[in-house]
Amino acid sequence: MSPHNASPSECPATTVPACLAEGEAPLVSVDGLHVWFALPSGRELHAVQGVSFDLERGVRLGLVGESGCGKTTTILSMMGLLPPSASVAGAVSPRARNILARGEQSVRSHRWTDIAMVFQGAMNSLNPVKTVGSQVVEAMEYHNVAHGEAARTRAGELFEMLGISAQSGARFPHEFSGGMRQRAAIAMALSCSPDVLLADEPTTALDVMVQAQIGELLVGLTRELGMAMVLVTHDLPLVAQLCERVAVMYAGKIVESGPMDAVFHRPRHPYTRMLFAATPDLYDKERVVSIPGAPPQLDRRIDGCAFAPRCDSASDRCRVQHPRLLDIGPQHKAACHAKDPGACT
Amino acid sequence: MIPRATVVSAAHDCRPLVEVENLSTYYPIRQNLGASILRKPRRFVKAVDGVTFALVRGEMTALVGESGCGKTTTVQTILRMIDATAGSVRLEGEDITRLTGRRIRAYRRRMQMIYQDPYESLDPRFRVRSIIEEPMLIHHVGTSRSDRRTRTLEALSQAGLTPPEFYMDRYPHELSGGQRQRVAIAASLVLDPVLLIADEPVSMLDVSVRAGVLSLLDDLRRDGAMAVLMITHDLSTAAHFADRIAVMYLGRIVEQGLADDVVCDPLHPYTKALLSVVPKRDPRRQTKPQILRGETPNPANVPCGCRFHPRCPVAFAECSTVDPALRSPSSVSDAHHSAACLLV
Repeated sequence: MSPHNASPSECPATTVPACLAEGEAPLVSVDGLHVWFALPSGRELHAVQGVSFDLERGVRLGLVGESGCGKTTTILSMMGLLPPSASVAGAVSPRARNILARGEQSVRSHRWTDIAMVFQGAMNSLNPVKTVGSQVVEAMEYHNVAHGEAARTRAGELFEMLGISAQSGARFPHEFSGGMRQRAAIAMALSCSPDVLLADEPTTALDVMVQAQIGELLVGLTRELGMAMVLVTHDLPLVAQLCERVAVMYAGKIVESGPMDAVFHRPRHPYTRMLFAATPDLYDKERVVSIPGAPPQLDRRIDGCAFAPRCDSASDRCRVQHPRLLDIGPQHKAACHAKDPGACT
Repeated sequence: MIPRATVVSAAHDCRPLVEVENLSTYYPIRQNLGASILRKPRRFVKAVDGVTFALVRGEMTALVGESGCGKTTTVQTILRMIDATAGSVRLEGEDITRLTGRRIRAYRRRMQMIYQDPYESLDPRFRVRSIIEEPMLIHHVGTSRSDRRTRTLEALSQAGLTPPEFYMDRYPHELSGGQRQRVAIAASLVLDPVLLIADEPVSMLDVSVRAGVLSLLDDLRRDGAMAVLMITHDLSTAAHFADRIAVMYLGRIVEQGLADDVVCDPLHPYTKALLSVVPKRDPRRQTKPQILRGETPNPANVPCGCRFHPRCPVAFAECSTVDPALRSPSSVSDAHHSAACLLV
């Protein structure tokens, strides 16, 4: 990873972390994160375009958006796990130290121990020829968290905490059900006691009832361990169920963020509103309407608001000027000209 | 959602299009040599075990349940992809469970299936026009090439791909997930089916386009000629688009009725638990999830009595011995709302 010169106009206005008012430093803050991928054609794909957020102790943040909006790229760059074709700018700072500053060197000591991740489909990525327990022990030994008997004991404790009996660590992945494999994958992510857990679609391939079990487990873990969590998903109702904060991403940018309740009841960005309207709800009989069009290609310059071509309330100004992410309520931000009457750049 | 009441009452007058009665599909478990020499009784996976329901023209029915509950086997048996072990499926009054050769082929044309993953279900080397023309060639639909072309264009615009000429010469890789699923739907529409079965039609699609594909299915059955059976694990989708919901658990339908009745006034403890864990969009309306412990038992080893009793929060002694049948309690308004529970 090499730092990349971001053009100043692309960079977001500096954000004041909301937590500072409350006097607690964030566990991790992401500031002005940009990610570019070099394409074989020679072009560059600007996948993440200035994403900033803070994670305080015990906070559960839902990162939602359509596929290709940069959700996964954002959290992969927090882990320093982007492929060599990617370049990154901005800061990811656990304990106020930017781990992106010196690439792999500075990331390594924080990966898994400060920030850990449950990958999408993690339950299918366990090594089939090793027992589940030994895979968790291996992770701990590699990171010098614990060795030998101590590591085995801790793995057993982790399993118990995640609702798997300690003895089943001696079993192989194929003997586990999907829900149990997902729990084992979470155990592995927690083996180095991280401050922040990044979960990429942790419940997608699971059955409804098992989804609920895993959801309950993740909420319980953040409460008990005081860990912060980022839940990456396309499922808005799931975020409403599990997270108190939400950030809606579109075309590499956060277009609206805030407390889940405020964002649902008073969405200020048309994309958020249309995304809710496209999601069926059990008891709400309103017509569900899909969002016309498709997200823009991110390998070319976008003039104006990236959502303008699909927006139902776009004006001429939206097509020429980037909207800024502005405070519109307590901890509630949105990037839309309609809500930003006096902005001029 | 408003016209639902009228659709249902109109549909009540006519005979159901599809009547599934006591349908069972068992898969034999392979025995080892020792067991077969000793003539041990063969064991079976009871994937579908006595399912009864009816589908009416102009209605959409949702079959919901967790994976492994027998949803897919049920529709594969209806489509005669798998032979039924017992019971019958009647399409327009004719029992098709045991038809063979030519006679089943005529019915095959009338029942079409849309698969879950449009990235896999379309042949990547076929252009859209050939994808849609192929079923017509197999079933000898259309008199000439130009006739088939007209039908293809018609089906494409019916599936919401307009202008149809624009899509005719595309390859699947040039289309988005939602467009591919519409091509799959168009390929089944050219055969004028009376029954359209959709197996999780939107679970592979992006959230923003799901509503469009579901609304398309909704419109298709509203003209009254077609019944739609949708398999889904997403109760919110079922509640929103289906007229009727049938909830399956371990090879049986444990509750069925009008969608509103099942969602707002569930009778079976399993349905109640499923509904309680569905995330709601509104953070203030989240219900306390009533999480069932453990996992769905193996259908090769179905518990005796009520098959749900080991996980049931309200089970009592009798539940482990008596296998309840579907019945409607006198309290419910609609006689078609029934559940298989001793407490009903």
